[in-house]
Amino acid sequence: MAHGQHDNHEDAQHHHIIPFNIYIKVFSALMCLTILTVFAAQINFGAWNTVIAMLIASIKAGLVLSFFMHLKYDQKIYAVIFGTGLFFLLVLFFFCNLDLMTRLNVDGII
Amino acid sequence: MSTVNSVAHGKHHHAHHYDSAEHQYLAAKFGTWVFLCTEILMFGGLFVGYIIYHQKFPQMFHEGSKFCDWRLGGTNTLVLIFSSLTMALSIYYAQLNQKKKSLASLYITLICGFIFLGIKYIEYTHKFHEGLFPGRFFAFDNPEEMARWKAMGINNMGMFFSFYFVMTGIHASHVIAGMGLITWLIIRTHRGDFDSDYYTPLECVGLFWHLVDLIWIYLFPLLYLIS
Repeated sequence: MAHGQHDNHEDAQHHHIIPFNIYIKVFSALMCLTILTVFAAQINFGAWNTVIAMLIASIKAGLVLSFFMHLKYDQKIYAVIFGTGLFFLLVLFFFCNLDLMTRLNVDGII
Repeated sequence: MSTVNSVAHGKHHHAHHYDSAEHQYLAAKFGTWVFLCTEILMFGGLFVGYIIYHQKFPQMFHEGSKFCDWRLGGTNTLVLIFSSLTMALSIYYAQLNQKKKSLASLYITLICGFIFLGIKYIEYTHKFHEGLFPGRFFAFDNPEEMARWKAMGINNMGMFFSFYFVMTGIHASHVIAGMGLITWLIIRTHRGDFDSDYYTPLECVGLFWHLVDLIWIYLFPLLYLIS
């Protein structure tokens, strides 16, 4: 049994442990960015409002993915899987917009 | 290294079709990420629909989002981000074999889930009370506002609430599913199933919980802050 335990230990998961302060730093950054996005929404940047809000949201998403979801330290295959999903979402978004922006407005029916 | 064929050694087993516990762990995570991809594509369709209709009816969305209280939405954002931290810490403590701290982190995560749903309940009941229902069920009873919208050429306010209830509703159902999974993790942690050698369920449920947080990070500005 002792031998078995030993072997199991050799075989065990030895993964990168992200230091505690990094979690706290990332959490603080996420809190600050949330406050920033609320603050930015009070100011009128015109058409840039949505762009700025999405930019801040994407920075937050990047932090969550990299640190809380360990993508920064894990094997790259997981980032590739997730990136593939995001890529096809952008394809959907791009072609839907391309279609709508290039339609002819006939009798007010779009 | 002579353990390839004997899978029942030690405390943790791995299925015979895996080379090692590590191999099994990586495969479980691989599957979880593929699942998260399908989630992104499902919510993505809603997001793309939202963006398209927002472009077509900017004023309607602008007026609609005034009914969403950014203070409640913002609080929920902070609650979910905090719960993401505690979820990540429960794995961190499992990796360090600190069972009690791991368990406490899971309990806090679960409580955050309840707080989130409580705030959502307040928001939903408030909207139901005002008759702010989705689509053709829209029954807002305020003649002054309705007249003002009509003057602005807005006659489809129900659409904003269709997006609001479908997007936040599907998101909330994910929060409920996540809370169920966290309850399962709490039971298993109590039982002493997890340690630094084996914490795959913590890792996979954690990824799911972070994704739910991730989706809310985008939902919050889109629904609450566009006014």
